[in-house]
Amino acid sequence: MHEMAIAQGILDITLDNAAQSDAKKVITIKLLVGQMTEVEPEAMRFCFSALAEGTIAAKAELKIKIVPLVVYCQDCGRKFVIERYRFLCSACGSANVKIISGRELQVEYLEVD
Amino acid sequence: MEIQVMENILSKNDKIAAEINAIFSSHGIFVLNLLGSPGSGKTSLLEQTIMTLKGDIRMAVIEGDLFTSKDADRIARYGVPVVQINTSGGCHLDATMVKGVLDKLALATLDLIIIENVGNLICPAEFNIGEDVKAMVLSITEGEDKPLKYPLMFKQASIAVLNKIDLLPYTSFDMAAATEDILSINPKIGLVVASCRSGEGLNGWYEWIKQQVINKKAGRIGCK
Ligand SMILES: [Zn+2]
Repeated sequence: MHEMAIAQGILDITLDNAAQSDAKKVITIKLLVGQMTEVEPEAMRFCFSALAEGTIAAKAELKIKIVPLVVYCQDCGRKFVIERYRFLCSACGSANVKIISGRELQVEYLEVD
Repeated sequence: MEIQVMENILSKNDKIAAEINAIFSSHGIFVLNLLGSPGSGKTSLLEQTIMTLKGDIRMAVIEGDLFTSKDADRIARYGVPVVQINTSGGCHLDATMVKGVLDKLALATLDLIIIENVGNLICPAEFNIGEDVKAMVLSITEGEDKPLKYPLMFKQASIAVLNKIDLLPYTSFDMAAATEDILSINPKIGLVVASCRSGEGLNGWYEWIKQQVINKKAGRIGCK
């Protein structure tokens, strides 16, 4: 279950940033999770709450925003959302498409006291 | 108070992976991260690959395993250097684990390192471990629904070996559907249809590895 490693990453980033701002308590952690990551939000919350116990982030709420899988066609310049993981341009059929969102695993911002 | 962060959760891992890749690259070593489910045939593919290529290519293997050294013991019989990493239950290798075994390999004497990751179609796809490319093994006994169920691994891999075709007559595996799904996820992926037990169909795999090793030596595969 790689959610444990990801939760550890979230906690490290959270505690570093909170310490830099002299925060006493972390209230919210806003995450961006791309649609094409293999992260199970519930498993991640569970791992996070286990790891955060005893820290200033112990009571923090994880707010997760799922980012859609969007690609850019390098042949015709169109941008579109990928469905059923068909990485072919919906307009010109080209396979020359580049992912522009949907692979995010990011801490966007924190709300602290 | 709100603190803007915008930091990648895996950035620490990715930074270490880039450092390791730079070390491998400075020695001109091509590094392959080999992925697939438990029982897909990763270790059999490794055995065939070692037997076929060890005369031409100076290679070493890093074996990732949950708890045991069973696969490493199997590989050690073929007379190539093998280093074991136990993840103690962890579902994937990460860059720190690979960094920790670098000093056990005589890097100056190598052209190719194959890292056999922990058997798992999900977790290892998210973690770079300093490799140049990911390669994966999918056995036809796992079913043709796997690509759409676990698309990330198929997207990240440069080449996929569809293994155990000797068992095709005994399964309902739909080769056309599987191939179509894999190619729609990753139109640039290399596909090798083979049996790692008999060695049938593996020539494309060997040729691909040889070419990658040559390209790496010539500096044509850079650090990611
Ligand atoms: Zn197009």
